[in-house]
Amino acid sequence: MQLLSEAPVSQAMAAQNPYYPHMARIVRIYKMVEDNYLFSLRFVDDHLARTFQYNPGQFMMLSVPGTGESPISISSSPSRPGILEVCVRRVGRVTNALYRMQTNDLVGLRGPYGNGYDVETLAGNDLLLVAGGLGMAPLRSLLWYALDNRDRFRNVTLMFGAKSPAHMLFREELASLVDRIDLQCLLTVDSDPTGTWKYNVGLLPKLFDHAKLKPVETYAAVCGPPVVYKFVLQRLLELNFSKDRILMSLERRMKCGVGKCAHCSVGYRYTCIHGPIFTYWDAINLPEMI
Amino acid sequence: MKVLKLAKENLDFFAAVVQQFGEVHAPVEKNGKYAFQRLARWSDARLDYQRTMLPPKKYFLPPHDTLLEYKDGQGYVPVMDGVDRRLILFGVHPCDIYALNILDMVFYGRYVDTYYQKRRKNIAIIGIDCTPDEHCFCRSMRADFVDRGFDLFFMDLGDHYHVMVGTALGDDMVLATGPLFEPTTQKDIEEYKRRSSAKKSAFKLEVEIRDLPEIFEMQYDSTLWKGLGDRCLSCGSCSMVCPTCYCYDVADDVELGSRAGKRSRSWDSCLFSTHALVAGGENFRSGRPARVKFRYYHKQSRFVAEYGRPSCVGCGRCISACPVKIDISEVISQLRRMEQNAIAK
Repeated sequence: MQLLSEAPVSQAMAAQNPYYPHMARIVRIYKMVEDNYLFSLRFVDDHLARTFQYNPGQFMMLSVPGTGESPISISSSPSRPGILEVCVRRVGRVTNALYRMQTNDLVGLRGPYGNGYDVETLAGNDLLLVAGGLGMAPLRSLLWYALDNRDRFRNVTLMFGAKSPAHMLFREELASLVDRIDLQCLLTVDSDPTGTWKYNVGLLPKLFDHAKLKPVETYAAVCGPPVVYKFVLQRLLELNFSKDRILMSLERRMKCGVGKCAHCSVGYRYTCIHGPIFTYWDAINLPEMI
Repeated sequence: MKVLKLAKENLDFFAAVVQQFGEVHAPVEKNGKYAFQRLARWSDARLDYQRTMLPPKKYFLPPHDTLLEYKDGQGYVPVMDGVDRRLILFGVHPCDIYALNILDMVFYGRYVDTYYQKRRKNIAIIGIDCTPDEHCFCRSMRADFVDRGFDLFFMDLGDHYHVMVGTALGDDMVLATGPLFEPTTQKDIEEYKRRSSAKKSAFKLEVEIRDLPEIFEMQYDSTLWKGLGDRCLSCGSCSMVCPTCYCYDVADDVELGSRAGKRSRSWDSCLFSTHALVAGGENFRSGRPARVKFRYYHKQSRFVAEYGRPSCVGCGRCISACPVKIDISEVISQLRRMEQNAIAK
């Protein structure tokens, strides 16, 4: 639909301008779930593509030329450089325009923004990842980071719930992890209308019944819609997780990504530069958190 | 600081000389109100003005500003038009200078906003002292005196101006006039002190800001917010006229029938209903009381936590701009009274 290529802008000039998006090519569109596609992107600038670094849990500002810009979490892991994967739900103007694009089309990308998960702090601990619905998008980055650096972490557990098998993001990929011995991969669906689902059926918090957790040695990364936070946080507190070992990823409408425009403010913090990852302790002290 | 004096009759000559440093903008009168704009002639400048309708932030963060263009085959290209224009803002009040120093904290930091930074570098500030009116409470906000953020600062002492030289550029402006500026005498300093003390006692409006973050913390669930939310029209006037409100929105425009367009930012307000709306329809501050409260907390309490002082400078613009007469000084006093009553109980 458009024929943009990388602008003849010097890297120095771009580095000075925090609003300048680099062009990236859509190399694959995977129609994962209806209205939840996975886009694989590669920076047109080969050097940038090969050297681009980020933390799991960080986000990008994605531009669709002619439409606008949206904050999108990174779903790929920094342990697999070259390609950035973003899982995009079709909800607004920019994401609708992205869904009209095709392989080889160009988008703009700037980032990475936000703190992301502090993997140096998490290292040496057990990891519990709890995701509901689209919450898997940022957690997949941390999951693959942990699996690709498996010796840096002790027990790793994933709990992921979706409405139904048809709604489950990364379904095949995650199902292929169920048999791994170095990962406890617990998948559940609220209901299974087709009767073909081989794993758990029931609400996400039910998965806690299957997991043996050592709360004092574990970091729990939780991401999902408000209802997930409500019930999962309750379970984690019952298990005596310390509030600063529970990590949440907050969603806000970032417009600048660099701590200026104030759209993503929660309390006196900006989600874009102080978050999007907050400990539960930090988050309960922020008004209007979820 | 280097301090000099300029005889009043030499001001016009100084204004003529200073033009070599940039295009002079100053407050001019418009239907009984004042606005900073480019001077057609120096005699249009009204240095004795009461607050301008819009603060000087419009020069650094324009109401509507193009950031990038995209063109077929070229991708995105930063648009830096105008940011290198050399301007001189002549006659900026201390509260507005202070407000720019506050905006610096936001627009610099870890990610430097190039557009703001370049404008800030290229726009010189010549400050001027003022006399408070009934809406001014800059003294309460500790913004009635500035010791940085200007190239030159003038204080009217009757037959001459007391001039503080803030930067090397300001010094160059002084030197460019030859021997026009003179050293101050002991008598001038005495006169400066008299004038400064007279200004301090001229304030009609006082807002006690001591313990404000604590009071805001304790009054988070106060009924006051609901009442204010019911009165507020969500028009955003207070944000537009505020010298330290910096929220902005970003939008792309396409030129019809082409594959080119631009990305611009425009002033936004946290009082607008869409401010905290996220994709998918969740709105974290859908009610007006929540939005009014957000604005007060951000300026008076959360900014203190982040940067060590309220972002409000007490310029009084929001008081005169509000169509339903919400008065920040009353809101703060009322909150303090409610907190004191709660303690007394």
